[in-house]
Amino acid sequence: MTDPIVIIDYDAGNLRSVQRACAEVGAQAVISNDPVRVRAASRIIFPGVGAAGSAMVSLSRNGLADALRSAVGDGKPVLGICLGLQISLRHSEENDTETLGLIPGETRRFRLDRPELKIPHMGWNEVRPVQPHPLLDGIEAGDEFYFVHAYYPAPEDQACVYARTTYEDDFAAAVGRGNYFGVQFHPEKSGRVGLALLDRFTRWDGQC
Amino acid sequence: MLSKRLIACLDVRDGKLAKSVRFVNTKDIGDPVEKAREYYADGLDELVFYDITASSDKRAIMLDVVEAVAKEVFIPLSVGGGVRSVADATDLRLAGAEKINVNSAAVARPALIAECAEAIGNQNVVLSMDIRQVPESADCPSGYEIVINGGRTPMGVDGLAWALEGERLGAGELVVNAIDADGTRDGYELKLTAMIAEAVRIPVIASGGAGKPEHLKEALTTGKADAALVASMVHYGDYRVSELKRWLHGAGVKMRMSW
Repeated sequence: MTDPIVIIDYDAGNLRSVQRACAEVGAQAVISNDPVRVRAASRIIFPGVGAAGSAMVSLSRNGLADALRSAVGDGKPVLGICLGLQISLRHSEENDTETLGLIPGETRRFRLDRPELKIPHMGWNEVRPVQPHPLLDGIEAGDEFYFVHAYYPAPEDQACVYARTTYEDDFAAAVGRGNYFGVQFHPEKSGRVGLALLDRFTRWDGQC
Repeated sequence: MLSKRLIACLDVRDGKLAKSVRFVNTKDIGDPVEKAREYYADGLDELVFYDITASSDKRAIMLDVVEAVAKEVFIPLSVGGGVRSVADATDLRLAGAEKINVNSAAVARPALIAECAEAIGNQNVVLSMDIRQVPESADCPSGYEIVINGGRTPMGVDGLAWALEGERLGAGELVVNAIDADGTRDGYELKLTAMIAEAVRIPVIASGGAGKPEHLKEALTTGKADAALVASMVHYGDYRVSELKRWLHGAGVKMRMSW
């Protein structure tokens, strides 16, 4: 039997909040660390909090990295969240880690000049779409999402950047290519607008 | 630009909502799950549950409350009160809490902060500090002292030094709770809040003393806080969450206005 949505469990924190948010929008999601189930899933959520280094060790050891790569290659809709987006790039400054390389670019640490700006970037901030994408449909000017991160994604190709957010400078808040889409914020903790994004993901065909 | 956060704190005793004045004379004022739902719908940015249950056998009730709230409230949920170990923190996280507040147990054993940070990530560990004003002394050069047990026990630990130590040990955020102001509705302790917010690089939440919207603005500007925590002023129906956010927005404080 094919699972509708698999939330990849790679010891990267508590995933039940993502599962609860899926349930709230009427989608059944299972949490699994089994590469067989990941390969069989019809769509995948790749969440994560924690550090890039230990996340990559865990993903590689479990065979989940290969399962995720093949799911992306097969055209299945994949949603990366926070660390799940960051390790989709090639390299992370966090623990100087080689990451999955689904998208060219790297994850960098915030280096802020203004002393009143705290690290992590924690709280609600505006997400501004910079090009259309089915998962961003319906986001309005002023809509804010919940962020908590000390590193940010820096894709090489600006065509992969779908939304931006400003802390001291602008950074990429949503990054995508084909059937892969990643967000730096936490839709599962972002109230109505976050749930709406998850709802769109549960119906997304992977085309953009 | 990052918005300032409005956080509501629900003190929960034996599964019921309670509110204290200067930590004594606690009285029950309603159902925490219902309040959480109401505030979420009204635009609250973050929710804190504080378990002030005295007996450990009743603590399981708190897990049920957290679980019930996490099912329908999709904003960050922070829980504290009686967290003594990584196991306590993990239980609350599995029930649905995002962030874990440590307080008294961390004063007694600071390594708890580092252990929790290692287990659940720095950004999810909140060091909550109850602080009172004291004459400046060799032990407390900042003129502020850490107290525990709901404000009853002075620890002879300097408030500012403890904030810096908490940051060093891996706390991702600090709650500065001014015991002298708690429940008075006379305003936050701005000097203390600003002193700590300027000294650390992690976010600071002002707590204790909110009674009017102007107090929140002061905490978020003069007090340099990243977030303001309220309790009485919303629990008793004096102000609505949305009303406070609109007032702050109108007064020039960056707030999330769409929910």
